[in-house]
Amino acid sequence: MAVPTLTVEHVTKRFGTTEFGVTAVEDFTFDVAEGEFVSVIGPSGCGKSTLFHIIGGLTGDYQGRVTVGGETVNGPHPAIGMVFQEESTFPWRNVIDNVAFPLELRGVSRAERLERALHYVTMVGLRGFEQRYPAELSGGMRQRVSIARTLAAQPKILLMDEPFASLDEQTRLLLGAKVTQIQQRLRQTTLLITHSLTEAVQLSDRIVVMTFRPGRVRRIVEVRLPRPRGDDILTSPEFGRYVAELWVDLREEANRGLDAAEHLAT
Amino acid sequence: MIRLAPVFGLVTLIAAGLALQGLIAIDVVSRYVVPPPSEVLAALGRIVVEEQVPARFLLTSAETFAAGLLILTAGVPAGFWLYHSRPFRRAFEPWVAAWAAAPLVLAYPLFLVLFGRSSITIVILGVAAGTAPVILKTVEGLAATRTVLIDVGRSLRLTRGQMFRKILFPAAMPAIFTGLRLGLTFSLINIVGVEFLINLGGLGQLINELAERYDLAGTYAAIGFVLLASMLFFVCLEHIERWLRRAYG
Ligand SMILES: Nc1ncnc2c1ncn2[C@@H]1O[C@H](COP(=O)(O)OP(=O)(O)OP(=O)(O)O)[C@@H](O)[C@H]1O
Ligand SMILES: [Mg+2]
Repeated sequence: MAVPTLTVEHVTKRFGTTEFGVTAVEDFTFDVAEGEFVSVIGPSGCGKSTLFHIIGGLTGDYQGRVTVGGETVNGPHPAIGMVFQEESTFPWRNVIDNVAFPLELRGVSRAERLERALHYVTMVGLRGFEQRYPAELSGGMRQRVSIARTLAAQPKILLMDEPFASLDEQTRLLLGAKVTQIQQRLRQTTLLITHSLTEAVQLSDRIVVMTFRPGRVRRIVEVRLPRPRGDDILTSPEFGRYVAELWVDLREEANRGLDAAEHLAT
Repeated sequence: MIRLAPVFGLVTLIAAGLALQGLIAIDVVSRYVVPPPSEVLAALGRIVVEEQVPARFLLTSAETFAAGLLILTAGVPAGFWLYHSRPFRRAFEPWVAAWAAAPLVLAYPLFLVLFGRSSITIVILGVAAGTAPVILKTVEGLAATRTVLIDVGRSLRLTRGQMFRKILFPAAMPAIFTGLRLGLTFSLINIVGVEFLINLGGLGQLINELAERYDLAGTYAAIGFVLLASMLFFVCLEHIERWLRRAYG
């Protein structure tokens, strides 16, 4: 296997005091090789976003170590581009200027950055909406603007936190396929955080299954499906087997999540 | 619908004027307390000619404009500073809020002693009255900036200056402009008030003089010019805000 570009070593993160607090992530270890597509999957509230913020260098104060290209990360790393789970478009910029934002920071000329931004706007299916402002778009469209903005920066490592969550199943499949196309072409190292089984199997080389609170690595599944993964693969029995296998793990963790909530409620 | 709204406003105003005129005509409202609107309208032209309204209007507007510039250059950075340093914000924000609510104009004798009986004193009082809301609204707007937008900036490794120009300032801009509108209004009220009290300067002094002459219609007409100044400032601010929004879009 190729050298790991991104490693997460024994990462533990607690919120609150030792007495009253939650351990969001515990002793979490995995790595992503160069050009590899890895998904992290787990039920709601298991610590996925916490992990995302730690890897992105936005959260300090944790135990363990995150490295990029062998260097310990402290603070946002220039090789990493992030797509956030929450709505993160700039409401005062229109679509094209939102997407061109990272290029603007690098001092790319206006004409060139608009042209490059337009390419990504088209890719996420928003051609014709360049001049619209986020307030005039649907939630799913805004999320696509955020995805395009991060892709426009062409980061070596792409970090995405449930980027397709607000999209319908059809758009999600199509956009997922497009993102993997780019990822394969640019050989981008990608870490996708998701709670969707099919999405994880469709896109990943490997899948890290998380346990529910504290978030630990339950299992790492290697997806041995050929690429590119067209419709024939999505409907194949192997695909179904992977989904079914993951579902067994995930159902248990999701149940624990629900039980924990019930416990608190009573 | 949108174009009908100003017409509707104007019609309401005219209707209210006519109603008042009627009430005064049938002696329900005493003409010695409220002059008939028709007389106020007639007085507009008269005071322009006889009482140097253009010069006074310019003076009061210039004082307010100067105060507004000072409020902007002091209030917005002060707001940024309070936002950036948590302990100072905790320490000072309640005081700024108290300051915003204080009837500073009552302290005008102190200002007279400190700065003399001049336009400078008037501008300083205007600044004193209008800065606090700008500071408060700036802090509020900055604090309300969504964390995820700041995170986007951090993940793209923005410098402090870029974070301010490209994210914090545009995010806080609507609140900052609300603060400026409030601040400018407070400032104008206080400037006219002090002019009235110390009988110096522009429209405030005119209101004082006309009132002392029992020229009620003239007094109300002069107040009309204060309203005009206030409206002009609002329109200007609106244009600046729209222009800035486009510049940042
Ligand atoms: N800033 C914070 N302060 C305190 N607790 C937090 C904070 N952020 C997250 N948590 C807690 O950590 C746990 C994990 O949260 P996290 O957001 O990482 O979950 P998630 O897996 O991303 O969930 P979802 O799929 O719903 O987005 C939760 O129990 C949450 O309450
Ligand atoms: Mg999350």
